[in-house]
Amino acid sequence: MTELTLVQAVNRGLQEAMRQDPDVLLLGEDIGVNGGVFRATEGLQKEFGAERVIDTPLSETGIVGSAIGMALYGLKPIAEIQFQDFIYPAFDQIVSELAKFRYRSGGQYPCHVVVRAPYGGGIKGGLYHSQSTEAYFCHTAGLKVVIPSTPADAKGLLLTAVHDPDPVMFFEPKRIYRSVSGEVPDGDHRVPFGEARVAREGTDLSIFAYGAMVPTALEAAEALARDQISAEVVDLRSLVPLDERAVVASVEKTGRAVIVHEAARFCGFGAELAALLAERAFYSLKAPVQRVTGYDTPFPYALENVYLPNAARIELAARASLRAG
Amino acid sequence: MVEAARTTLTSSGEAGSPAGLSVERLNDAYRWMVLARVIDERCLTLQRQGRIGFYAPLSGQEAAQVGAAFALQADDWVFPAYRELGVALVRGASLRSVIDQLIGNAEDLVRGTQMPNHFAFRAQNYVSVSSPIGTQITHAVGAAMAMQRRGAGRATIAFFGDGATSSNDFHAGLNFAGVFRTPTIFFCQNNQWAISLPRAQQTRSPTLAQKSEAYGFPGIVVDGNDVDAVCRAVLEARTRAVAGEGPTLIEAQVYRLGPHSTSDDPHRYRSDEAVAAARARDPLQLLKQRLVDAGALDDATDQKVWGAARSAMSAALEEAEKVAPVEPSSLFDNVFESLTPRLEEERSESAAVGPGAGAGR
Repeated sequence: MTELTLVQAVNRGLQEAMRQDPDVLLLGEDIGVNGGVFRATEGLQKEFGAERVIDTPLSETGIVGSAIGMALYGLKPIAEIQFQDFIYPAFDQIVSELAKFRYRSGGQYPCHVVVRAPYGGGIKGGLYHSQSTEAYFCHTAGLKVVIPSTPADAKGLLLTAVHDPDPVMFFEPKRIYRSVSGEVPDGDHRVPFGEARVAREGTDLSIFAYGAMVPTALEAAEALARDQISAEVVDLRSLVPLDERAVVASVEKTGRAVIVHEAARFCGFGAELAALLAERAFYSLKAPVQRVTGYDTPFPYALENVYLPNAARIELAARASLRAG
Repeated sequence: MVEAARTTLTSSGEAGSPAGLSVERLNDAYRWMVLARVIDERCLTLQRQGRIGFYAPLSGQEAAQVGAAFALQADDWVFPAYRELGVALVRGASLRSVIDQLIGNAEDLVRGTQMPNHFAFRAQNYVSVSSPIGTQITHAVGAAMAMQRRGAGRATIAFFGDGATSSNDFHAGLNFAGVFRTPTIFFCQNNQWAISLPRAQQTRSPTLAQKSEAYGFPGIVVDGNDVDAVCRAVLEARTRAVAGEGPTLIEAQVYRLGPHSTSDDPHRYRSDEAVAAARARDPLQLLKQRLVDAGALDDATDQKVWGAARSAMSAALEEAEKVAPVEPSSLFDNVFESLTPRLEEERSESAAVGPGAGAGR
């Protein structure tokens, strides 16, 4: 075990994957000599060489498109998109190509690429360095979508992603890259997809969150505990595949649900969770489902603290849920 | 016997070798080209009869495709667009497997997931086709980077049309290929039409090949109606590629004699005179004449070549039409390597509803 920040855990996960398998390689903008704009790939080019840690020209469609070609040929590329906000030029490659290769070839051409991208607000990044675009990818058949919230999960989910046979979108909560640290197992460490983590047990209501919103949800749960309200916090970890059983089970226990994410509310991932609860936990619900999310505006610069969910907003929603019914 | 090289080069290229295909190989080429033309003619009818859903003909591009395919090795990887049936045939895709795909039956190698012409033939290193334009170009570059890493002595070839030279992935792919000096052949069949848009409205560049210059590697214009010239150009490009000298862009100038697909009527956007002029340089007629001049083909033999192709087509079609339709439950296969719990539920739900209810017909 080693105490690491979340971004260090990503780095160790990449290093471990590359040490395990010479077919694993990285490509992206500024990831080699510069070690990545967030230093996620620091030291890796030095250890593995410029042919395995490839600084590419500035083109996201080029990065993902060439990663797809490498994967078809049998390598295991990990593509970095510098900010999730810049993923759109590669959207066609991800949605039309990466997600569909196995299906459209009748299984002849599986295409295993891991696409890493830092996501989310809270770093004063304005419209184009703050977005949470996970819902677009969750909506596309053929992609797995994973978001860690702890250093141990960052490494464990990343290593699972590298060994997974399917394309994986791996979104890293950049706001807590350095503000969160924790014990991370050394060597090979894997966290399976499709298994949510109960980050805090509770009996009065369930808070569902992922990525950078997990520490915020825990902060709210702590505040509620001071008023003898027992909130359970469920960290989803993988959105596709989703641990539907864990979501339903938690609400069967508590009867109340607060869903938290940074992305805009309308058609956000929370809508799917709310629908799931309506379909499968309706008779356990004692109150309407609450959503605490980014607003349906572009991500702002000066007003990002107004936009972003915080512990106080989660608390308000929790209390509203407890008052209702 | 073989005509002088018709290959012309842009400022960054050099003159190629005059050595060409033997009469025997030209004869082979002719047979493949006739087969491709027969498939085209038959499939346009089959679509009208409702026996296949769609078809994108390659008429006019047979020499470009067969010539390019003749220059490749089995271990090279082909990244096709949807009009490269001729390449698939030469590489060994069976006529039966082609028709299975056009029908989308239970033996279709892509399992009925795709529209006609969107083939994938893993055994022939003929990579799965998509509809978005140009996306395969960056894949060809990535696979070539993988070949570099594995020291394979192989090359990749991306097929695309004049329209694709305007796409994002054309720029990204050629730029990456130039930077990483990948063993890639960019084979542009400039058939003069991107559905209804003529070549002149696609780009102000005098040639498409000259675009390579901006990416730092050679571009070649070749007469795509001349199977021999095409083969020679691709051979040269392949030699450069496997020698570590980097990519080449080849513009094979052809003319799309038919519609873009069974879904459009070219009379809306081009004149019969233009098509008639192009038909005067029909690649099949040019090659036939060459073989006749060389004493390698006469009318009787030619009749037999066409007859054999038509018989093969009919026989394969008859077999393919007897094959069962795809299993409804296969809808859920190959989304992922294995079913997620959610897909498993959906499959059960679909099975309980039955294929009739809610189906299109």
